[in-house]
Amino acid sequence: MAEAKFIANDKLTAWLDELSATMRVLAPTRQGDAMVFAPYVPGQNVEMGQEATAPPKSAVFPASEDLLRYDYRKNPEDLGQVDVELLPTITPEPTLVFGSRPCGARGFLVFDRVYDGAKYKDPYYLARREATVFATIACLQAENACFCHSVGSAPGDAAGSDLLLTPLDDGYVVEAVSKKGETLLGSSLLAAGKKKAAQAKKLREQALKDMGDPQDFGPAKDKLLALFDDMGFWEDVSAKCISCGACTYLCPTCYCFNITDENSGLTGRRVRSWDNCMSFQFTMEASGHNPRPTKAHRLKNRVGHKFSYYPALHEGIIACCGCGRCIKSCPVSVDIREIVAKAMAHQPPAVEEAAK
Amino acid sequence: MTILTQLKEQITAQLPKLDMVIGWERGYDALHATPLFIRAAEDVERLQIGPLAVHNTATYLTGLKNKKVGVVVKGCDSRAVIQLQQEGLINRENVVVFGFPCDGVVDLTKLRRHIGDIGRVKEAKASSSELQLTLDGQEQQMALADVLADKCTRCRFPNALVHDHFAGTPREAHAATDDYPDVLAFESQPLEARFEHWKQEMSRCIRCYACRNACPMCVCRDHCVAQSRDPHWVTQEDAVREKWMFQVIHAMHLAGRCVECGECQRACPVDIPILALKRKLNKEIKEVFNHDAGVDPNAIPPLLSFQVEEENINERGW
Ligand code: SF4
Ligand code: SF4
Ligand code: SF4
Ligand code: SF4
Ligand code: SF4
Repeated sequence: MAEAKFIANDKLTAWLDELSATMRVLAPTRQGDAMVFAPYVPGQNVEMGQEATAPPKSAVFPASEDLLRYDYRKNPEDLGQVDVELLPTITPEPTLVFGSRPCGARGFLVFDRVYDGAKYKDPYYLARREATVFATIACLQAENACFCHSVGSAPGDAAGSDLLLTPLDDGYVVEAVSKKGETLLGSSLLAAGKKKAAQAKKLREQALKDMGDPQDFGPAKDKLLALFDDMGFWEDVSAKCISCGACTYLCPTCYCFNITDENSGLTGRRVRSWDNCMSFQFTMEASGHNPRPTKAHRLKNRVGHKFSYYPALHEGIIACCGCGRCIKSCPVSVDIREIVAKAMAHQPPAVEEAAK
Repeated sequence: MTILTQLKEQITAQLPKLDMVIGWERGYDALHATPLFIRAAEDVERLQIGPLAVHNTATYLTGLKNKKVGVVVKGCDSRAVIQLQQEGLINRENVVVFGFPCDGVVDLTKLRRHIGDIGRVKEAKASSSELQLTLDGQEQQMALADVLADKCTRCRFPNALVHDHFAGTPREAHAATDDYPDVLAFESQPLEARFEHWKQEMSRCIRCYACRNACPMCVCRDHCVAQSRDPHWVTQEDAVREKWMFQVIHAMHLAGRCVECGECQRACPVDIPILALKRKLNKEIKEVFNHDAGVDPNAIPPLLSFQVEEENINERGW
């Protein structure tokens, strides 16, 4: 990889102006009291001091996208005969996600195994993924809800990013992580950063130390499965959940979708939009049967998917990057760490009986 | 005896007759309380009240219809209990209400405006007049009044309006009247500016429906028009138009029923100030029907009743 570079604080805006001339740049933007990734407007002051409320998920996986457009054409000779014209719509835009945290960028590693797997390749996802570059800011201070170090990541984790920026007092050390990232280092605004790279590394290591001991969620895979039929357990841990979808929509690793045809007369669009397992409609079947009828079933799905079913299919990899958004943005502070820990500590009643 | 101790005693005494009692406990960090479901005597110890116990416990009642449930309520929470009772959405016999006098709750969004990031607060102590925080090794102190939820600064009913047990002595109201100055100020802007405001605000909505599910009076939940698939009233598009449409539906369905507990706005992960929409409708309801939601258990919400002639609608005079 190329040598480390350095961008001084007072040159950052100019660098972003330069970058945004050739591609769409999404950067943390204050909107009201929230921080969301929005298209960078030249000259804008980018705020990178805190983790954004919403992750940059929609850069690659939009909240809704057209899969195709369709037109019904009636045959004038035979009105009963209708032809359908289909127009696929893949329109990726070269995009730079600037200033996401390691967890936000790493989320797509979880997506990749699903949408870019050996069996299935999702052309819509692939096109956007290919067109997107991540310039990530290392975290130097974790928040109370953060637990990236417990799911195989770290506040200075570069996995999934193309560039890693580490904040120093006067600017950022910029290091390329991938070939894609390297191509962004050509700007004359960037100074040599080799000497500062060691300091940056130290800061990242210190940040990880400050997080304390990680929890080992490895055993959760089998424990959660063992608890699958224990609805008492799930009712207990989901009692306060209000079954909204805030946790899943804000999650950098939640990738479920819904497909609907949005008609208007004889034309329409087939739309893919975010779905979420906390919603009643998630597995609602056409027959009226719903295999996940209560919030307890649904929370079981969310926790189980991330910490058990996904790891079982993907070499033990946990489908959670530990960003803590589902915890801090949950209206009632449901804590996924606590649920997984409870599951791991759970003793089946039969064992308790025997111990008595 | 403190109010908390008194509450705990009352709950302990009633618990054997109940399936659960809903209150608050400390959440994942010092700033976040979380709803507590007390099922066993030892759970009572974890109960917390005070300025960080923000959630409306009445939100859970309609989901627990066949159980005997106790709820610990602030004034605004108690209004939700009354409103649910008025509409026959709960069976009051199955609900035991533990009330107390409320000093107001902290709005964490306002706190964020004050101290920046709230994600690293290590300790938090709240009294009835001050909030003291430890953040990045430093202590910070602020007047509770500066970070109090707006609803609390104008609260007319801080004492539980309905209760089977009351701890402490009723306190004075925080305000005598509410003349909706916020709504009037907003309405003094040109129509275009107002619409622009909402388009801007709604553009970051993620359609998570936390605003709906946190609302004690939103009782359609799983059958909400916003997500019904057959018929498919609202599209799945991530478009401002759809999001706005939903907020308007929410506000209209709450007209004369909204108790202004502010849960919809508090729950919104991207801080969209949607309580304003409900305030607007409540202001109109007050003017036309002279009705306050959730105050009198025997009142009938105006949009659930029919009168040939409304007092304040001068139909014949038109
Ligand atoms: S865990 Fe929290 S955010 Fe998720 S559905 Fe339940 S209440 Fe909503
Ligand atoms: S499950 Fe929660 S902590 Fe894990 S990645 Fe999703 S939002 Fe972040
Ligand atoms: S509105 Fe009134 S009762 Fe509700 S939290 Fe505020 S002060 Fe307490
Ligand atoms: S609309 Fe908002 S303020 Fe009104 S009752 Fe529902 S949650 Fe409370
Ligand atoms: S809670 Fe906020 S983001 Fe979620 S649907 Fe409601 S307004 Fe939109």
